[in-house]
Amino acid sequence: MLVPVSWLSQYVDIDIAPTELAERMILSGSNIETVETFGEGISGVVIGKITSITKHGDSDHLLICQVEVGAAAAAIGFENPIQIVTGAQNVFEGAIVPVALHGAKLSDGLKIKKGKLRGEVSNGMLCSAAELGFDDKVIPFVSKDGIWILNEDEFADKIGQDALDALELRDTIIDFEITPNRPDCLSIIGMARETAATLGKEISYPEVSLKEESTAGQTDDILKIDINKPELCRRYVGRIASDITIAQSPWWLQRRLMLTGMRPINNIVDITNYVLLELGHPIHAFDIRQIADQHIIVDTAAKDEHFTTLDSQDRILDEDVLLIKDSQKGVAIAGVMGGENSEVLDDTQTIIVEAANFNEDSIRKTSKKLGIRTEASARYEKGVDANLCAYANDRVCALIEEIGAGKVLSGRVDHYPTRVIAPEIIARVARVNAVLGTQIPASEMVTILESLEIEATLSENKQEILAIPQTFRGDLKEEVDIIEEVGRIYGYENLGMTLHKDHVTVSVSKSWQVRGTLRNLLTDLGLSESTTYSFVSPSTVDRVRIPADDIRRSMVRLINPLGEENSVMRTVLLPNTLEVLERNYKRGIAEAHFFEIGNTFIDLHDKLPKEEQHLSLGLYGGDIDFFGLKGIVLQVLTALGVDDVAFVQVTDDSTYHPGRCAKLVLGDTVIGTIGELHPDVAESYGISGSGVRVYAGELSVDILTQLSDTFHMYQPLPKYPSTSRDISLLVDEDVSVADVESIIKANGGQILEDVALFDIYRGTQIGEGKKSMSFSLTYRSSEGTLTDEDVAKVHENILKIIEEKTGATLREI
Amino acid sequence: MQQKISELLDSAKLQIESAKDEASIEQLRVAYLGKKGEITAILKSMKDLAPEERKALGAKANEARATIENLISSAKDTAKEAAKSIRFAAEKIDVTEPAKAISLGKKHMITQTIEEISEIFASMGYSVTEGPEVETVFHNFDALNAAPNHPSRDLTDTFYITEDTLLRTQTSPVQVRTLQSTKPPIKVISPGRCFRADSPDATHSPMFHQVEGLLVDEGVTMADLKGTLDYFAKKMFGADVVTKFRPHFFPFTEPSAEMDMSCFKCGGKGCRVCKGSGWIEILGCGMVHPNVLEVGGIDTEKYTGFAFGMGVERIAMLKHGIEDIRLFYENDLRFVNQF
Repeated sequence: MLVPVSWLSQYVDIDIAPTELAERMILSGSNIETVETFGEGISGVVIGKITSITKHGDSDHLLICQVEVGAAAAAIGFENPIQIVTGAQNVFEGAIVPVALHGAKLSDGLKIKKGKLRGEVSNGMLCSAAELGFDDKVIPFVSKDGIWILNEDEFADKIGQDALDALELRDTIIDFEITPNRPDCLSIIGMARETAATLGKEISYPEVSLKEESTAGQTDDILKIDINKPELCRRYVGRIASDITIAQSPWWLQRRLMLTGMRPINNIVDITNYVLLELGHPIHAFDIRQIADQHIIVDTAAKDEHFTTLDSQDRILDEDVLLIKDSQKGVAIAGVMGGENSEVLDDTQTIIVEAANFNEDSIRKTSKKLGIRTEASARYEKGVDANLCAYANDRVCALIEEIGAGKVLSGRVDHYPTRVIAPEIIARVARVNAVLGTQIPASEMVTILESLEIEATLSENKQEILAIPQTFRGDLKEEVDIIEEVGRIYGYENLGMTLHKDHVTVSVSKSWQVRGTLRNLLTDLGLSESTTYSFVSPSTVDRVRIPADDIRRSMVRLINPLGEENSVMRTVLLPNTLEVLERNYKRGIAEAHFFEIGNTFIDLHDKLPKEEQHLSLGLYGGDIDFFGLKGIVLQVLTALGVDDVAFVQVTDDSTYHPGRCAKLVLGDTVIGTIGELHPDVAESYGISGSGVRVYAGELSVDILTQLSDTFHMYQPLPKYPSTSRDISLLVDEDVSVADVESIIKANGGQILEDVALFDIYRGTQIGEGKKSMSFSLTYRSSEGTLTDEDVAKVHENILKIIEEKTGATLREI
Repeated sequence: MQQKISELLDSAKLQIESAKDEASIEQLRVAYLGKKGEITAILKSMKDLAPEERKALGAKANEARATIENLISSAKDTAKEAAKSIRFAAEKIDVTEPAKAISLGKKHMITQTIEEISEIFASMGYSVTEGPEVETVFHNFDALNAAPNHPSRDLTDTFYITEDTLLRTQTSPVQVRTLQSTKPPIKVISPGRCFRADSPDATHSPMFHQVEGLLVDEGVTMADLKGTLDYFAKKMFGADVVTKFRPHFFPFTEPSAEMDMSCFKCGGKGCRVCKGSGWIEILGCGMVHPNVLEVGGIDTEKYTGFAFGMGVERIAMLKHGIEDIRLFYENDLRFVNQF
């Protein structure tokens, strides 16, 4: 909401600098986007009059203007008229325009110097409104694409004056951020109220006294109003103004519109916009010629009813759209936009002025459905005070009289079936102080509330305040609302800064701890953490080749995604991690080791999907291979105290290399899968060529959390020495290390302490399809020192069983 | 015999002096003092002498042996030191050569920031609690006192799964879940992912992170809220930071405020980080609205509370001077490795 301080000052006495005003307004709850000094940096621009125009001999589009600038000429050592060459085509002899003289500076930093344009002397520049700092969208059409043509009546006697002074443009514009609970602040008056309360000043409302000089009759004899849908239209106030002369508005009115971001159109439209800005109440004016039987009917549209709005767009309405009709047709979409069929035209003589109050939800729905958002709809959908209609309507009519745009008929038609009344709120003094942590006296609270135009009465026992707000403060409904009002005007900066004393103990969930452990460990192991979007493309599960009947295809779909590529919630993290690898690989990064921890979402057709925390791993480059990845995973398991996890060979997971994939199994529980990424999958992510291989995996953090147990009981240190035996076995390739280890462990009895593989050998010496595995077996007893015979008994038996079960032959070491 | 001992002693002295390394000294030790050494031989031959002669000569021989032992021992020490000096000279390195690469990974900047925030609040006694990312409309909006027509509910603002479920737009629904499941006193923070239907650009992301905080107990005041968050700002951004609380509007708190902080870069003079204002908006906060407490069945006469929420990306961007929010989700190692 743009607010010129000069306009604000009309209602409140502002005796501090604009920057201080801004500071204080921020602290009382009116946050500020920007504070701008209009015309800052502009100098040397004066009001001038074009006395004659001739064509430039050497150009089709240049004009040579002789410009009278009064005393300003002599001040810079020139004589009137000053010759200025312009390319603008909207100039004419007699036009009054802003003139940048030799030495002038404009808002964009441009400095004007005398010179020659194609051989003709040009001693300055005729200015557009944009060059004086206005946005294109607020410049009157007559001056939009050319020089700013000023109203002759108002500026003919100001030739030679500084333009910014003459135009009263030395102003500060504050852009307030209005929160959705305060639609009343979408107006200069609303901000004036806030200013008055903040500065402790009185507010003076514009006084409205109508002359009602029209001789065209009584309003209520002519205008008929019916509200057929009272639930959607709380009130409708109509007045009539006759003897309308459509013309340009006076500069003071245009200036205020332009400084608040609106383009002046003509006097009637400008007045309705002016009142919209001043009071925050939308106003519509109809040309009475087009209102059949001078009968306004507030009703809903018919299904598929076509209606042309005043922007010449054909709109298709339905029975939810509130429509202002006459006895034959629709004339305006209520609260949103008028109809082309009844708009004010240059020859309009008599108008109906509408100030009505419509249901917020209805306006919002219509605005959204039709895709029309106007200054009016923006205010109606947030809520406008129904008790303001008559005043706003009178204000419009008074301005019509004031600027001589027309004459107002006596009386008004006001349909207001159910009057809106403000709630009575009890605020307990002790409660206010308890919430704020203050000791504000009751009398001060009353003063604060009164400064906000809230009727406040202290009870006899001085413990309660009966607060009755004005109806424009629809946000004030209950005690806590009053507490906030007291707090913000008292000043949050005046509240203390304390720490609440309590007896709460801190707890952290196991899942949070596990994730912390994982992050610490994995980064120590050289992996970096990625964070990626939780929503992905449905095709991600195809890219990593998840089978058709897999639960991970049961994806949660968004109704309104930003695009197909973000349309479903991920059921698996791996594709995101692979995309991270892809991006780094394509950017020429030789080595990337990543992990991600995040939620997956499976649609189980319950109200909410199943969210499960996963850990994904994705690595390429460096000397990473399957066993490097396995080492990382083993560290993870060790750090979390998840023991005895088996790595089971998997040959049919289509995401991974069929010979290099393992699932992590503990009992019946599958914790996850790791492996070398299938070359086809890697290629589909563009990570291929030059021998690059991708190692990846995904584990369930939720399962790891359940299994995690890092507590260890003390084990007595061994009293007796251990003895070890190394064995070397020649076996077929398909005998796994795990096969042999499990035989050894199963038959080691009480004395086998440890078994460890220390070498695998493949080579021509031992033949194709064979390998030699060497294990070291450690024996120890807690009862005494083992003898060779004790060990031999167990050890020989182990060897025998290995030979029987795997067909291994023992090799000499 | 005496003569021979003297000669041996002299020749041993000479040889030991000229020996260059430990090995040749050891050879000399063996030659004189070993089992078959010359001094040993003399000592052995003495058993054939007369007792008085043996006594005199024995003393002489033993003296010679001790002298040679000492000489050898000190010669060995000298040789050892000399050998070390040679080795050290040969092994000298240029310590300014580059280090061996030891690769440590990096936690994501968002994680680092969440951990930093969490630790500050943990030090004040806040526990961590979390909630689902797919939420019900009830928990995300209704229970948080959002008006039925509040614009944030629109499809243009919020990602919906069904009419009743959505991707949470804030971590505040965890407040509701906590109020429903826990009895006061409640003192928690809740970090997590949030989602809003914003197209990605330098300052917007459809996914981002928040840290929510909630304290509900008897006698909690707005002054407590100010004190807590002022403490947080000073811990997070430096002890010199000054905070400012501006009235604001949130449906689920009242009174509500936004906390600004004096710019930690320029100290409030105005710079690029604070866009010249000297102040930086850090978080939203307020006293928990009674309507929200009531959803959790909490006696609003007995208990009051405050809540706050902050954007993690925003804080990380401010603190580290990151200018584009999209960098967080690209995970380019050249970015990741900077922090």
